[in-house]
Amino acid sequence: MIAELGLAALWMAAALAALQLLFGSLGLTARGQVLGQAVRPVAIVQGLLALLAFLCLVYVFAVTDLSVRLVALNSHSMKPLVFKIAGSWGNHEGSMLLWVTVMGMAGGFVALVERRLPERTMLATLAGQAFVSLGFYAFLLLASNPFERLSPAPVEGNGLNPLLQDLGLAFHPPTLYLGYVGLSIAFSFAIGALVTREVGPPFARAMRPWVLAAWIFLTVGIAAGSYWAYYELGWGGWWFWDPVENASLMPWLAATALLHSCSVLAARNALRAWTVMLGVVAFSMSMIGTFLVRSGILTSVHAFAVDPERGTFILALLAIYIGGALTLFGLRASTVSEGERFAPISRESALVFNNVMLSAILGIVLFGTLYPLVAESMGAKVSVGPPYFNPMSAIFAVPMLVVLAVGPLLRWRRDTFARVGKGLVIPAMLVVTGAIALVVIGGVSLLPFLGLALALGLAWASVLPLKGRNLRRTPLPIWGMVVAHFGIAVSLFGMSSESAFSVEKLVAVRIGDIVEVGPWGVKLDTVEPVAGPNWTALEARLLVRYGTNGKVTRMLPQSRSFWAPPQQTSESALLTRWNGQLYAVLGGEAPRANGTDADGRWQLRLWWKPFAPLIWLGGLLVALGGLLALVGHVASDLRRIVARGKIAYRRERQGR
Amino acid sequence: MKRIAILAGLLFAGPILAQEEQSSAPYAYRQIDDPAKEAEAQSLMESLRCLQCQGQSIADSDAPIAGSMRSLVRERIAAGEEPEAIRAWLIERYGDYVSYAPQLTALTWPLFAAPAVLLLIAFLLLRRRFGSGSGEAR
Repeated sequence: MIAELGLAALWMAAALAALQLLFGSLGLTARGQVLGQAVRPVAIVQGLLALLAFLCLVYVFAVTDLSVRLVALNSHSMKPLVFKIAGSWGNHEGSMLLWVTVMGMAGGFVALVERRLPERTMLATLAGQAFVSLGFYAFLLLASNPFERLSPAPVEGNGLNPLLQDLGLAFHPPTLYLGYVGLSIAFSFAIGALVTREVGPPFARAMRPWVLAAWIFLTVGIAAGSYWAYYELGWGGWWFWDPVENASLMPWLAATALLHSCSVLAARNALRAWTVMLGVVAFSMSMIGTFLVRSGILTSVHAFAVDPERGTFILALLAIYIGGALTLFGLRASTVSEGERFAPISRESALVFNNVMLSAILGIVLFGTLYPLVAESMGAKVSVGPPYFNPMSAIFAVPMLVVLAVGPLLRWRRDTFARVGKGLVIPAMLVVTGAIALVVIGGVSLLPFLGLALALGLAWASVLPLKGRNLRRTPLPIWGMVVAHFGIAVSLFGMSSESAFSVEKLVAVRIGDIVEVGPWGVKLDTVEPVAGPNWTALEARLLVRYGTNGKVTRMLPQSRSFWAPPQQTSESALLTRWNGQLYAVLGGEAPRANGTDADGRWQLRLWWKPFAPLIWLGGLLVALGGLLALVGHVASDLRRIVARGKIAYRRERQGR
Repeated sequence: MKRIAILAGLLFAGPILAQEEQSSAPYAYRQIDDPAKEAEAQSLMESLRCLQCQGQSIADSDAPIAGSMRSLVRERIAAGEEPEAIRAWLIERYGDYVSYAPQLTALTWPLFAAPAVLLLIAFLLLRRRFGSGSGEAR
């Protein structure tokens, strides 16, 4: 019953999206203006209906209603409740439903609160939003119905991939989706502005909170996903340039560029066409990412050909939306002037430079991710991985980081290096000192070398915009910028340090043996079986000590066996100190030496990773910076609205 | 076609490799004693693809075939072979797919042209913006 209710709600939401598109477009014409008034309420109800459908899906997963096909395929009655609920979006259909839900809710929210833009632009924006939603509703209802029934109902479900049964991963996809879909609002605003040719500071101010919010979610999502891969996969890697990761990185790169050009547009009324273009590109990257992950094309072009319906559907949607938006852009771009001018040495120029570099990195990631598919369709399989992505993106990232240190110190419109030069002496000296120290230490390869040296200078330079300011009166967005840029430096330092100084030890030890990893001594104390709700495991007790006279601490890595579906995972144990992380994994029982009986040795994998946690701490700082900026902008918008209301009220009274 | 046959053969060989792993892959979970050589092996392993897994290098995988390949890489490095020679040997046997570092071939040259093209576009964009002053957009 609940499943049918969900399906009905989904159909009605789709119908309302069609209505929203129709009324929104008619509302733009002279005769249809009356219809335009219905667009906002329709958008709100559409969002609520999508939410209802999603809650119905969560409900059937929570009670494990096995007569619903999706539940039978992806859930299991013997699973902790939180993973049952998380299971509702841990699959293709559910995640697409989550996508339209978030999109509908976001559209409804815009319809409810956004009053700054001309009403015509709002109508075009909401019609654009409905147009995008409609495609995804069609995809859900026609090609991947989440509420399909199964008859007869199976006795037990298939279970959820054990790797996904982890709190971090349960909330990782929704976070990314919030980011992806937040960019759909930016996309709709861009479409709306193009249709009515109203590109200017009010447009940028209306779009900015959405871009910021989406960007915060993407940042957190990527950092969390990276940390999940780090501790769950059990080999200490944290970024693999895997297509799925790239799918989340590409929208982030575009959103970062969009965010900065949005600021230029809002503050200086410059870079109009460029901002609109990035708004289109950012959401296109979200859709391409979803296509890559959801169509099965990643495993192989052949997997795509086996079940072509969904892939073709998304591909068609991509062609319609991206192609349509780019065509509109091509038709209208010439009528959108670039706006105010600025000199080559100015804050705008630094932002333009960084925008171009971010776009180039985006180009590299996109090309490197898609090229294996192109090659495969030409009959040959190639792999593109870290040895390609790392140096190629560094070509653009290194100049970008240098400009990042200088840019925030420059004034708008026109400035000279002579004015800001003095402040940059200390960061420059930090870079040189760091570089010399690294040469003395030796054995650091080029990219980590550059990263470490630049991180030192960047960390100092990033706080310079606060110099000479009254800290209590510094606007929140400035704080946000400083925190985010400092976060970049912190994260860069962590990444470089991890790849330059990690120590790895793979050993087979008996109970009681002691192994040294970097500064740590690790003793294998016991190995004992333990059991969880849907797994059994071997758990090693390691006693570890930092240096010769540090405190002894326990670590408990496990080697888990899940039974539904049957799979082995290793649960790593992490011990964090201020200067790094000790990472321990229990392998199996070691193979016997020379064919004799098993001799009770256990395989251990140990890593000492200096400053590795800074990678994710930096990522969170970046997100926090975004949050500060978001709160600052929203608060000042609210203040302005309240002030305007007061003025209107006073005028009204005086008029009487 | 030949490559696909080899790949298919490799997939079926998986379970056999798994059984043989204990006797034939001594270096799957053991490091080379010489740290310099181990570092060399490590950086090579990080750039080789585990053929059975999805998007993992052989340095990041528990799959039996990854263990066998790790052992092979370490044994050959320990015997004094150059990492790039080992990579070339593996590519010859398993195809370009096995290497995460794309080699410059008739098929992969666009990968290496892309950064140059992007550099050129970036340069032109920035020059148009700031070049002569008269080139500035309206």
